[in-house]
Amino acid sequence: MQTEAHAKNDPRWDMLFAPAIFVVAFLLAFVAAAKSPEPQMQIQAWTFLAATALVLVWWVRRYAEGIPADDSSPYANDVIKAGVIAAMFWGIAGMLVGLIIALQLAFPNIFYFPDLPFTNFGRMRPLHTSAVIFAFGGNVLIATSFYVVQRTCHARLAGGVWSWFVFWGYQIFILIAGTGYLIGVTQAREYAEPEWYADLWLTLVWVTYLLVFLGTIWKRKEPHIYVANWFYLAFIVTIAMLHIVNNLAVPISWLSTKSYSAFSGVQDALIQWWYGHNAVGFFLTAGFLAIMYYFIPKQAQRPVYSYRLSIVHFWSLIFIYIWAGPHHLHYTALPNWAQTLGMTFSIMLWMPSWGGMINGLMTLSGAWDKLRTDPILRMLVVSVAFYGMSTFEGPVMSIKAVNSLSHYTDWTIGHVHSGALGWVGFVSFGALYCLVPWLWKRERLYSTALVEWHFWISTIGIVFYITSMWVSGIMQGLMWRAYNEFGFLEYSFVETVAAMHPYYVIRAFGGLLYLSGTLIMAYNLWRTARGDIRLAEPLALKPQLATA
Amino acid sequence: MFDHGILERHSLLLVVGILIVVAIGGIVEIAPLFYLESTIEKVQGMRPYTPLELAGRAIYMREGCYLCHSQMIRPLRDEVERYGHYSLAAESMYDHPFQWGSKRTGPDLARVGGKYSDEWHRAHLADPRSVVPESVMPPYVFLEKNELRFDDIADSLRANRIVGVPYTEDMIANARADLIAQAMPDANGVDAFQKRYPKASARDFDGDPKRISEMDALIAYLQMLGTLVDFSTYKADAPENRR
Repeated sequence: MQTEAHAKNDPRWDMLFAPAIFVVAFLLAFVAAAKSPEPQMQIQAWTFLAATALVLVWWVRRYAEGIPADDSSPYANDVIKAGVIAAMFWGIAGMLVGLIIALQLAFPNIFYFPDLPFTNFGRMRPLHTSAVIFAFGGNVLIATSFYVVQRTCHARLAGGVWSWFVFWGYQIFILIAGTGYLIGVTQAREYAEPEWYADLWLTLVWVTYLLVFLGTIWKRKEPHIYVANWFYLAFIVTIAMLHIVNNLAVPISWLSTKSYSAFSGVQDALIQWWYGHNAVGFFLTAGFLAIMYYFIPKQAQRPVYSYRLSIVHFWSLIFIYIWAGPHHLHYTALPNWAQTLGMTFSIMLWMPSWGGMINGLMTLSGAWDKLRTDPILRMLVVSVAFYGMSTFEGPVMSIKAVNSLSHYTDWTIGHVHSGALGWVGFVSFGALYCLVPWLWKRERLYSTALVEWHFWISTIGIVFYITSMWVSGIMQGLMWRAYNEFGFLEYSFVETVAAMHPYYVIRAFGGLLYLSGTLIMAYNLWRTARGDIRLAEPLALKPQLATA
Repeated sequence: MFDHGILERHSLLLVVGILIVVAIGGIVEIAPLFYLESTIEKVQGMRPYTPLELAGRAIYMREGCYLCHSQMIRPLRDEVERYGHYSLAAESMYDHPFQWGSKRTGPDLARVGGKYSDEWHRAHLADPRSVVPESVMPPYVFLEKNELRFDDIADSLRANRIVGVPYTEDMIANARADLIAQAMPDANGVDAFQKRYPKASARDFDGDPKRISEMDALIAYLQMLGTLVDFSTYKADAPENRR
């Protein structure tokens, strides 16, 4: 570990080795681009090569300007700023792709292009899920974790420029994965679509991320590790475990994008959903609970409600979540005992989930009035309410009798989006609204009124989205199992597809509203970073006005 | 009484504690699937994919078909009546990866093999709404235009063998020839091909006998889905198949 005292004379190996990995990656990509007979691998390799070259140019220019020398500042902020910008960029891109594929299902005659295979639903849908979960969510998690770990440990990020390796390495992973889907490179495992070389690269980046995070904890000046950091640690460590096991595969050659999973059939299915459900549990829950545990107390200026509750719900949450995967495989060829175990633990999971919700909400004790005046805090609190709602809905859907109706339908899509848009999205937006003025050292946001607009437009968007999916999902599930008076199936499959049309239109409209809110946010954050302040604020209720 | 403060003061203890706690569930649920003999039913008829079917499966994966089509019929009355016999674990034992899916924006495909003609599949894939007006499926007309790339098909079989699919040396050595024999009705080697892959159907799937397109491969795959297991010999109530 480096210490603050090393600075002046010790050689800064991190400044050499971190960019050196990109040089090695550049050379490997060059070999692959030159030697691979496969068109997809050539495109991937050239993309990788161009991206690493750009990163290296950025790195050299940074050194030329002497920027890394300013290690004297107490906290590393630049890499977090970069993470915020990247999160907003990928968030908008991912939501836009989501809107497009929603429109494809609503209006297939307009939004499909027979001559452009990469615009088809099957190639864009992984782009949407990866962009919003891993690109937007991942950048929010990395950026906030770097921010929170420094403040709660009173220590500068460990590892010097290695945090920049994490940032750029992660963006390159997203780029390779996302462009790969468009040209048809995929493992065809939901939420684990990137192929073997992208997975290897991510493993390298992720281990570095863990070391930077742990290294900062090792430098801490506080004796205790703050609760938010437990959740970040659980998120980083568990995602590493899930990622490595679920992506075990044999490539057909070192110069091919194609690989075959190490597992098959029923074992492969359970490993995939052990991964898939815990991508939800650890990426989209534990990581974002860490955000909740730092940003809600900070914004409400109240301590966390219960220390004891945070201990109990932390350990029970991470223990129970892992078991819940089989509820994605109810009534399948997975052995019954595994389904029953999965259902049992999924129902138990309700309790630790609500433990977290209670701890977040009750942190507002004595500060509830701020919900009226502070739209950022309101966003954070509503996110926890959505968390509570979808972590109740989840256990209900994991009950086999309910699942026999809901599985394979849009109800699942609605459930995912109440968690993704309501919980993950809003808690991220709240954190970003806090972070931007702090990082760019601005007195406040450019406009609080715009936060109000964002909040209401996006909330209405979520309501349209999840209610339409509830209706379409339950309706389709009922239509599939409906019998007529002669004992025959009442509806052909395609009749149930036709019945979905109005709900697909409503869903797309909800998505459009949500995206609009995000665009308002991007504008607001951009103006804030520039240092602008909007003086006329008709909607921003100052405390004294609100009570007047 | 355990003092949680110890974990809060020692980051490595915390990390090790997290790792132990998150490892348990996966180990208990997943590890038995690899050694409990009851996990996969004993059936007759399962064979590895032919090279053409394997190439078709790769296209199925490439186009993200699994995102809207399941390949897993549940043992529920309406599903069995709509799609056929419920899916067995044995039917995906050679699937690396599995393609059970999680959503039915379109119908289940676990037993789509043989339900429609090749001509229907061609028309439907090229322009779904020309056959099914209410469909929301994307058009795949480009599959007819794209020639199938299969110079690395033997590598694919070999990688499958490494992960456990029982391809023989003979099958790997003849992978290219078998692929051509299955897609070109008048090509040589159909007999040798069918000796290696019993009951596999060799015909011109895409309606253009002169070339092997991606459409050939995908339709070959779709037409064999769910057709391998001989259900006349399968006893669902037999003790060894109770799960």
